[in-house]
Amino acid sequence: MSPIDLLSALLLLGGAAFFFAGTVGMLRFPDVFSRLHALTKGDNVGLGLTVLGLAVRAESLAVVGKLLLIWILVLLAGATASHLIARSSLRRGIKPWMAP
Amino acid sequence: MSLLLLGIASFLLLNLAAGLWRVMRGPTAADRMLAAQLFGTTAVAVLLLLAEGMGEAALRDIALVFALLAAVAAVAFVQRVWSRGGADVAD
Repeated sequence: MSPIDLLSALLLLGGAAFFFAGTVGMLRFPDVFSRLHALTKGDNVGLGLTVLGLAVRAESLAVVGKLLLIWILVLLAGATASHLIARSSLRRGIKPWMAP
Repeated sequence: MSLLLLGIASFLLLNLAAGLWRVMRGPTAADRMLAAQLFGTTAVAVLLLLAEGMGEAALRDIALVFALLAAVAAVAFVQRVWSRGGADVAD
């Protein structure tokens, strides 16, 4: 196993761990705002590490560019969507969860 | 190496299946939509892994389309279902 393969495998496993944490948070957290927190971490870092892990072993720069493009698109879309959902949830009168 | 890629892709698919529990439970429409957003991103990651693992470059374009559609779906949800105007359709 070459060093590149090892680095790529580590990054991919890290990305999978973040996706797993995001799913666990989505299932376990108590309200919509804390679930947003779990979702964005899983989205941004999980996909980011996956993209990095694939980019170090990609065959051409064009592929790296496309991977980065997908990641940036997901970052922008995720930030916008989370902001919209959080704001309209507040306006609907959903109270953020407080520790009892 | 390709075995690892496909293994991680299967693991992410299992994550997706677990996330369906949140779609079922709700309680509000926004919770379901958040789970759907997580599905969208996970599907992008699965497609990218499959593109590398099976040598199918076209799957990367499908991942790009998925990322775009997830953004459009979220904005449409907030605009049509979740903002104050369409209040009671949501729950």
